[in-house]
Amino acid sequence: MSGIQLNRLLVALNRIKQHGYIPICKQSTAAQSKKEPEKIEVFVDGKPVQVEPNTTVLQACAVAGVEIPRYCYHDRLSIAGNCRMCLVEIEKSPKPVASCAMPVMKGMRILTDSPLTKRAREGVMEFLLVNHPLDCPICDQGGECDLQDQSMAFGSDRSRFTDNEFSGKRSVEDKNIGPLIKTSMNRCIHCTRCVRFGSEIAGVSDLGTTGRGSDMIIGTYVERLFMSELSGNVIDLCPVGALTSKPYAFTARPWETRKAESIDVMDALGSNIVVHTRSGDVLRILPRTNDEVNEEWISDKTRFAYDGLKRQRLTAPMLKNRDGYLVPCDWEDALSVVAERIGRTGSGSKMAALAGRFCDAEGLIALKDFMNQLGCETVCVEERFPNVGASIDLRSNYLFNGTIAGIEQADLVLLIGTNPRYEASVLNARIRKAWTHNDLQVAVIGPKIDLTYPYEHLGDNTNVLNELTSGKHAFSKTLNEAKRPLVILGSSMFERPDATSIYASAAQLSEKLRDVSAKEDKEWRVFNVLHRYASQVAALDLGYKPDFKSIIDLKPSLLYLFDADEGLIKREDLPKDCYIIYQGHHGDRGAQIADAILPGAAYTEKHAIYANTEGRAQQTHLATTPPGKAREDWKIIRALAEVCGVALNYNDLDEIRDRLEEVAPNLTRMDSIEEANYFKQNVELLKQHKTSFNNQPLTPPINELKDFYMTDSISRASLTMAKCVKAVEQQLKSRHTN
Amino acid sequence: MLVRKLFNRQSLAISSSILGRCISTSSYRLGSDKEFVHRDTPKNNLDIKFDFTPENYKRVQSILAMYPEGHKAAAVIPVLDLAQRQHNGWLPIAAMNKVAEVLKMPRMRVYEVATFYTMFNRNPIGKYHIQVCTTTPCWLCNSDGILKTIEKKLDIHVGQTTSDGLFTLSEAECLGACVNAPMLSINDDYYEDLTEKDISDILDEIKKDGKSKAGPRSKRYAAEPLGTLTSLTEPPKEPGFRLRKELQ
Repeated sequence: MSGIQLNRLLVALNRIKQHGYIPICKQSTAAQSKKEPEKIEVFVDGKPVQVEPNTTVLQACAVAGVEIPRYCYHDRLSIAGNCRMCLVEIEKSPKPVASCAMPVMKGMRILTDSPLTKRAREGVMEFLLVNHPLDCPICDQGGECDLQDQSMAFGSDRSRFTDNEFSGKRSVEDKNIGPLIKTSMNRCIHCTRCVRFGSEIAGVSDLGTTGRGSDMIIGTYVERLFMSELSGNVIDLCPVGALTSKPYAFTARPWETRKAESIDVMDALGSNIVVHTRSGDVLRILPRTNDEVNEEWISDKTRFAYDGLKRQRLTAPMLKNRDGYLVPCDWEDALSVVAERIGRTGSGSKMAALAGRFCDAEGLIALKDFMNQLGCETVCVEERFPNVGASIDLRSNYLFNGTIAGIEQADLVLLIGTNPRYEASVLNARIRKAWTHNDLQVAVIGPKIDLTYPYEHLGDNTNVLNELTSGKHAFSKTLNEAKRPLVILGSSMFERPDATSIYASAAQLSEKLRDVSAKEDKEWRVFNVLHRYASQVAALDLGYKPDFKSIIDLKPSLLYLFDADEGLIKREDLPKDCYIIYQGHHGDRGAQIADAILPGAAYTEKHAIYANTEGRAQQTHLATTPPGKAREDWKIIRALAEVCGVALNYNDLDEIRDRLEEVAPNLTRMDSIEEANYFKQNVELLKQHKTSFNNQPLTPPINELKDFYMTDSISRASLTMAKCVKAVEQQLKSRHTN
Repeated sequence: MLVRKLFNRQSLAISSSILGRCISTSSYRLGSDKEFVHRDTPKNNLDIKFDFTPENYKRVQSILAMYPEGHKAAAVIPVLDLAQRQHNGWLPIAAMNKVAEVLKMPRMRVYEVATFYTMFNRNPIGKYHIQVCTTTPCWLCNSDGILKTIEKKLDIHVGQTTSDGLFTLSEAECLGACVNAPMLSINDDYYEDLTEKDISDILDEIKKDGKSKAGPRSKRYAAEPLGTLTSLTEPPKEPGFRLRKELQ
């Protein structure tokens, strides 16, 4: 046995020891990628293809352009090999082989279209259909069902199923696993994708298989909730109609809906989604595959909060009447009254603007241009950022520099004051993936929380950070030995009074680690900020001030709230005569204190650009039109500016994007990440800063699943999210825990 | 008989043959009472406490010692068995939870194992669990008669427990003692070469003394021939017997 083989064997043994199985490793580790293994040749239906050793027959067929039917096999899950649908004939093999679990061998001749293969598939299909109910007309999966499609394509054209004794098909009780997933267990074909998703990706072993043989059932054994923030993904994974979406039940057929490719704004990851609509209603949201960002997962808030887009909406402009009530009015009245108030305020120095978490780049630039031209410089964003060193002048200071996909290359992740599970659920799944496949080590400064993977808990106070920065902590040695470390700082830490010190320490620590990692990889970036708000990076790119307190200090006589619903500025904080304009899509905390309301569009209702926490610009597409009199945000500001007599030089989407390009060209380069690389310079500037910590523990705001669901104006208006909160609270009372 | 068998899981193969159903063309209906889910009942719920006794904790430790670090979950079957033995031959939900806690594995993974193996009982069971083998060799040697005798004597059917909680009667597939057919097992002991009178005596003895001598009821010690040898009667042949000439 050669050295390399021995090494591989040892790695495999080590993995089996840790996980109990050999996880399929899509992303090869750094050590492996250096030495490209020799490719081997196999023949698929006589066509020669070169594949890497250790690929499966099924993957080799995919390389040759032949799709093998499958149910249990899934790219991102471990191999189960239990559905047998992928049987193919291999020359000189006595029986058909399950191609998903069979590694390729040199010179293998695979026959995917031979009579034996066809008969094997027909046989498997027939067995599956023996116990599958014929309820396609009332099944929600109809039209996008693997079982339907594959029985059409690969099944027999007739059935031998005769039920002379009227004994019926297998019947299985439906399970109640929460308000999101509807179960119809008669339809289950036991592929165990949901079980594997739960235990491998989501890290929640709530689902399992009980019983054996044809009596086997998928379920939770005890009645309980499938408690995961990623639970909705099992709906997409289920190849049949056993697990379907509860909120979407009996709503539409897939061929009836219009699909708009879009971007999620519930967290700062910018997960890629497809919005399904019919006659102006958002019916459901599904993930779109993007290996750089969300792979093919999305969180439950992303998937199910869409019903909040129909409730609590601002559908007409409103003005406060003499009695102090907001009364709907026409755009003309609203714009002229608001413009008149702006004119009466006179100098822009008494004005301020605050942008919230859902603002798109177009709206942000329009508002900033408008305010600046009025002479107002207090244009802020809700999330804070410490004003120390180069602060937001250098993009590398506030980005997730290491990139989301970069987590898979990392060998150590240090989480400071963040709970990625609830602040960026899909990112947490990525960390878990790296932990499973690449033996990633994770350390946490913050409270002891369940992140679905084990980690080294360093403590929850600022002392730990201080000791790490000065290299005195017991963990420093491990940290310094890391070849590709990542330091992830949660943006909620910037709300603390000692934010500057935390930020400076984290940045200095990262720079120290970068010196070490540079030996291995010069391009490796250690410092990362994990934002919570979808608008934050674009706002900082465009020069918004990350300091809402300056608005309170200013005592403005006019405040323009743009989707600002966090309730950071209260009426009491402002002078009594301050006029508050709220522009946004939901009647939430911002609208409550407003004197005038200008109804805007939600993220599904406009073509808009959002930059995610990595600084990756991505755009949403219009899926539905805004309800009632609501309009796209930048157009409202453009119209208001016109009435105020302020010239904004853009009249359509292309022109405003040209303007974006002038200010922040990275925002118009879709799906790419602009290099940002001034770590050294920043640390030089940070040297003047004197660290002083307070004693409060570094606790991120959301640490429980029940607090995850309702965090913003859209999800607060969502009935589904409210049901989730209720279900989790009930589950927490139940003694059937895991 | 037919109806009774229909409702008994362990005689499915037989019941289906009675129905004349071919397995490839139809499926059987499973009563919901036999589903592999847990429902809180007065006899089996989370209020029934379970914890290993100190002696059994020592046994758990020695079982765990057999498995290398990182593979402790492999001890789930022996530890579940230990829990079942401690808890009168069945596993309440609390026992499975305890096993999960001891082995530091998710509860669901323990439920999966406990439901997969038929020798784990997840519902209360009598003190003596009679499992009568009714697979072909035993059946040919009158296992039906044995079963009927037990049913008549104890006044219970397969799957039921006597009102005093002493006996539970089950049908089992081949228990691997065909040479001594017909046979049955009561808890850990095999009773073999039975006649209807034998089983009646055994039940009486158990009722009276709590035990009965295990093993064959015939004159046999184990699985040797009843009378004299009927085969292998000659001395063994020498090496090279019937070997081709050229190889000798």
